[in-house]
Amino acid sequence: MIQYTIRRLLMAIPVLLGILIVTFALARMIPGEPCKAMLGEKATVEVCERFNERYGFNKPITTQFFIYMSNILKGDFGNSIRFSRPVTIILIERLPMTIELGTIALFIAILIGIPAGVLSAVKRNSFIDVINMIGANIGVSMPVYWLGLMLAYIFALVLKDTPFWLPPTGRLTAGLVSIPFYEVWGWTIAKETIRYHLVEFFANIYIFNSLITGDWKILVDAIKHLILPSVALSTIPLAIIARMTRSSMLEVMKQDYIRTARAKGLRKNTVILKHAFRNALLPIITIIGLQVGTIFAGAVLTESIFGLAGVGRILFEAITARDYPIIQAFTVVIAMGYVFINLVVDLSYVFIDPRIRLE
Amino acid sequence: MAPVTLSTDKHKDYRSNSLWRLTLRRISRQSSARVGMVILGFLILVAVFANVIAPYDPEQVLIGLEDGVKKRSDPCIHLLGCPKDQAQHIMGIDGNVRDQFSRVVFGSRISLMIGFTTISFAIIIGTILGAISGYAGGAIDNIIMRILDVLMAFPSLLLAITIVSVLGPGLQNALLAIAIVTIPVYARVVRASVLSIKEMPYVAASRALGGSPLHILISRVLPNAIPPLIVTGTLGIGTAILDAAALSFLGLGAQPPMSEWGTMLGSERNQVFTAPHLVFFPGIAIMLTVLAFNLLGDGLRDAIDPRLGQAN
Repeated sequence: MIQYTIRRLLMAIPVLLGILIVTFALARMIPGEPCKAMLGEKATVEVCERFNERYGFNKPITTQFFIYMSNILKGDFGNSIRFSRPVTIILIERLPMTIELGTIALFIAILIGIPAGVLSAVKRNSFIDVINMIGANIGVSMPVYWLGLMLAYIFALVLKDTPFWLPPTGRLTAGLVSIPFYEVWGWTIAKETIRYHLVEFFANIYIFNSLITGDWKILVDAIKHLILPSVALSTIPLAIIARMTRSSMLEVMKQDYIRTARAKGLRKNTVILKHAFRNALLPIITIIGLQVGTIFAGAVLTESIFGLAGVGRILFEAITARDYPIIQAFTVVIAMGYVFINLVVDLSYVFIDPRIRLE
Repeated sequence: MAPVTLSTDKHKDYRSNSLWRLTLRRISRQSSARVGMVILGFLILVAVFANVIAPYDPEQVLIGLEDGVKKRSDPCIHLLGCPKDQAQHIMGIDGNVRDQFSRVVFGSRISLMIGFTTISFAIIIGTILGAISGYAGGAIDNIIMRILDVLMAFPSLLLAITIVSVLGPGLQNALLAIAIVTIPVYARVVRASVLSIKEMPYVAASRALGGSPLHILISRVLPNAIPPLIVTGTLGIGTAILDAAALSFLGLGAQPPMSEWGTMLGSERNQVFTAPHLVFFPGIAIMLTVLAFNLLGDGLRDAIDPRLGQAN
């Protein structure tokens, strides 16, 4: 298992290298000189020379690539043009929001998608199945941002003054502040250190922070703010997971061992859950891994609609402001996260299906 | 040799009966495909007759042309009790005082065009790459597939966003970006079919008869690789339209004043609380179009190759 994990990690290296090459090449494809693209059209020749010297743009392209790569390995993505701050720091600040949103969206998708798919497969061609599949088809066809806007309209405006009202923007109600757990526990941490950023990262996951500090008011408020964006973000993954669960279950339920299990008198639910579902799980897990990409891309749209200061929103703003270091860094990080999660999915096959031997 | 001619005749009959007719018959039995075809047919009609259906020019500002026309006014439908002296705008007026209904109608042209052009481009390039990869094998196969693996390592919409932000915003660049990120899908589909088809006895026969690799690839292998490509392509058109609309929504795709649904949504997104109809209708239009292609693609899949999955 450990050997396989290591080999699988090594196999991911060419892909990661490819990701770096692609993003590097894309950044170099920006029309015009990098200096003018980053400093603006009015940059003088001297300024450009100094800029090129400083960032190594006057060196051969291969050398530039190695500088770029070694910087990334050191965790240095350069400075954002708009904020004049290290991109890495911005990333650490913004990532918790997106992780929080994405995780909840994925949970919604899994917790509704899988049971819906199983139910559809078990009651094939029934009314429930038809409704589920119509829902799934509409779900994959819906623009995420449109659903987000519509949800905001319905829950924030139409249902105003009812108990179903939900806030359309922000992470917390104005006036509420999430107190980081390290302050609650009286830790003293020097600012701008690695440890500080790490602690800050976890403190910025509001749900996690309020859970461990026991601040229920913040917890409820944070969850309320997350409902609409995460529901919008979860629709496409939910629909895809439901469809995959259904077709995978149907495939498995045709097998002889299912008939045998039923014939030997096992209860229907036992057969469905223990015999059928476990065997149907492999493609479902695979598709869930692939949905992480959908969620990251969807976050760009959802966060900008719901005014959430996450990775997606800042990426969107960076696109409008042509802040290439941010675009580049975030693309690399998201692609790497995507590769990593699918690696974990691959490794999880062994636990799901003991017949798979990793050799 | 009379029997031989007879058998080729029969052979012809058999082919036309089995492949296309059988497929068509199977498709028409799929309820999802039927619904998909009806919606798609409707959309194509709307797109073709857009200038007949739309009461206004989609880019025409109505100030001065009509009395009492107001920015972002609500839909006015005479049948639903809107005063007869007011001009009818069944989807209301947009932020630039244009008739929203006309814009939505004309948007169908753009979206269908987007879907077909991106996917055609992606299919052509993907087929070439996949065919070369699968047929040549060895190092060439390895190099092509590893490059495509890298492209697939990115979430597709995100890569498209990055590509457009480099190429510069605009409908053309957005289409190119979406085509590029979808190429790997088609290349893989074609490669997989080519790999299995090239081991078939009829390919070996063709080779034994002295057919050149190119001839075998084009006239023996590729025609048989088409069915899965059609299915993936149909489903892909839906995704391409959805992604293109998302890019336009972000301001990276079609630029105003073009009546593209994503752009229309993007420019009125902040007005959702005051003029929800301006957000509602373009979104419904996108959903309907994507739904049509998805339903049709699912139906096609079940009709062409029932083993590929029973999503419906």
